[in-house]
Amino acid sequence: MLPAYPYLILSAVLFTTGTLGVLIRRNPIIMFMSIELMLNAANLAFITFARYQQSMDGHVFVFIVMTVAAAEVAVGLGIIVAIFRLRGNINVDELDEMKG
Amino acid sequence: MPEIVIFLLIKLVMTIVIFALWMTMVPFMIWLERKVIADIQIRIGPNRVGPFGLLQPIADALKLIMKEDITPAKADKLIYPIAPALLMVPALLAIAVIPIGGMVTIGERSFTLQIMGEYRGPNGFFVPELDAGILLSLALSSLGVYGVVLAGWSSANKYSLLGGMRSSAQMLSYELPLGVALVGPLLLASSLRLNEVVNAQSNFGIWFIIPQFVGFIIFLMSGTAEVNRAPFDLPEAEQELIGGYHTEYSSFRFAMFFMAEYLNMVTISALAVTFFLGGYRLFTDIVWLQPIWFALKLMLFLYLFVWIRGTWPRVRYDQLMALGWKVSLPLALINLAITAIVLAYVPKRAVLVLTITSIVLITIAYYGSSYNLRRSTEIAARSVMPAGIYRNQRKRGFNQV
Amino acid sequence: MIAELVIFIILGIVAVSSAFAVILSKNPVYAVLFLVINFFALAMLYLVLSAQFVAFIQILVYAGAIMVLFLFVVMLLNLTGAIESLQDKLPAQRWLAPALGMVLLVEIAVVFLSGFFAQVPEASELPEGFGTSAPVGMLLFSRYVLPFEVTSAVLLIAMVGSIVLAKRRP
Repeated sequence: MLPAYPYLILSAVLFTTGTLGVLIRRNPIIMFMSIELMLNAANLAFITFARYQQSMDGHVFVFIVMTVAAAEVAVGLGIIVAIFRLRGNINVDELDEMKG
Repeated sequence: MPEIVIFLLIKLVMTIVIFALWMTMVPFMIWLERKVIADIQIRIGPNRVGPFGLLQPIADALKLIMKEDITPAKADKLIYPIAPALLMVPALLAIAVIPIGGMVTIGERSFTLQIMGEYRGPNGFFVPELDAGILLSLALSSLGVYGVVLAGWSSANKYSLLGGMRSSAQMLSYELPLGVALVGPLLLASSLRLNEVVNAQSNFGIWFIIPQFVGFIIFLMSGTAEVNRAPFDLPEAEQELIGGYHTEYSSFRFAMFFMAEYLNMVTISALAVTFFLGGYRLFTDIVWLQPIWFALKLMLFLYLFVWIRGTWPRVRYDQLMALGWKVSLPLALINLAITAIVLAYVPKRAVLVLTITSIVLITIAYYGSSYNLRRSTEIAARSVMPAGIYRNQRKRGFNQV
Repeated sequence: MIAELVIFIILGIVAVSSAFAVILSKNPVYAVLFLVINFFALAMLYLVLSAQFVAFIQILVYAGAIMVLFLFVVMLLNLTGAIESLQDKLPAQRWLAPALGMVLLVEIAVVFLSGFFAQVPEASELPEGFGTSAPVGMLLFSRYVLPFEVTSAVLLIAMVGSIVLAKRRP
């Protein structure tokens, strides 16, 4: 059995990759996918801790995170489609009508 | 030889045998389909190659393989070639969880005829059946949609793209009722393992088709939609979309789409047999009879699929969506709620009560859904017809849909 | 031990490289596919960590439903071309982000490997049936029944919200 830290490092790397994706991309769909990546990195950490603490509470949290991710995707993609209908373009840099 | 090697060898042999059986179902199914459809349409059907045309599928397969493999110039070079495999692989993997026979004992080793099934060796070597096998098979069936969508997209052809979009919407919509319809039998069996579902049916002494008749009907309907068969074969509606998502494919890649469709059909039928028709269980415990009994029931379902295709016209797209979201899903949820309540409050008489409620429910659902579908036809008609024609048609009750 | 290490290294390489492919690919369709590969690698890792139920749910929910929705929207809006304009309004962000990302990575690593989280007990034998559907379901409907109900409310709100958003106003 491996120690826990390789899994945790992998989780950290995936989380950072997701953060980078949100920062460097301008396509909202890819930014969205990067957020999913971050959620999954957190899930990996949950599962790892569940395995090494021998308690299944982590699995329940992962289950809840997945439900919330599904809800988030439904609303987020709905917003993207609505913006696309309104403007014919979804570059986030050009969505600045609301700036004060 | 260590026990784990023997275990892997036995599983390998079992996998090869079951896989081979499944693959022979495909040409048989193609032959059956052509013969039965011909019979329904008062034709003779294939009768030249081999006795009763039995070798016709093999001739067809050879013809397909010999053809030129064409890639459109603007097709996506990476995804276009692998899309058929993305459809085929999940279809094949889904076989792994289906039990086709009971416990076989050879010397001191015993195992079930199920690739991911239970295995007992000497000295307490024990591998349990895969937990939550039904989740794996549902997950795999939901992966098939990638093959279809990506085939449609990567062909760089608008008909293919439309076919792919239609099918992804259809498969997403019907996955939900398909899954929810299976929860009723799972509640009765109180397990997610397919072998337990089969055993539960023999313990109850009744096939789950009786107490879960509503679930069975919904499963059959959504299963047909899920594998894109007539009357739900809109993704490949020839009159509207040429060939749908596989318009541009030829040669062996086209054959793979074809095979995947039939494999999915066999898998859905096998799930239906396992969940609603008592699976492989026979009144005796003779092991070698069980797979034959299973195969007979399987063929009954395959015949049913062909029969449905031969008799029903294709539904319209709005009818398809209305049927999925406004009829199947609410009905499946109501059935699930009733099953849960009955199991919680009258567990002793669950089968009797569920049988009565399912008869009541299916009667209400029949009249309710025909009203529901008529409404959606009216709404669709109003949006496309001139007002005068619409009023006229409405007076006549939209008989010619 | 060795077998687990080999499996971990292979899956880790697949996961990290597909994650980078997601954030670097020009074509959103490819990004979706790489993310699916990433989710599969994670599902395999969950299996290695004896969380079978979560692994299946991961494939069923993420790969089978959520990513299909992404693919659907990408194709519906036909976003496969380049939509990212050449004039970047925040050009510094592109260069600053990797550096800040490294800082974040080091920070997470320090938190994970020191202090509270370092007290993860050494792995030992797991109880029977760890990570299968029945015990997870037991927890979900006993200790975590309130969060479970709250997620159902979240799903309902999301459903209503997305229908309102998608509805065409006359």
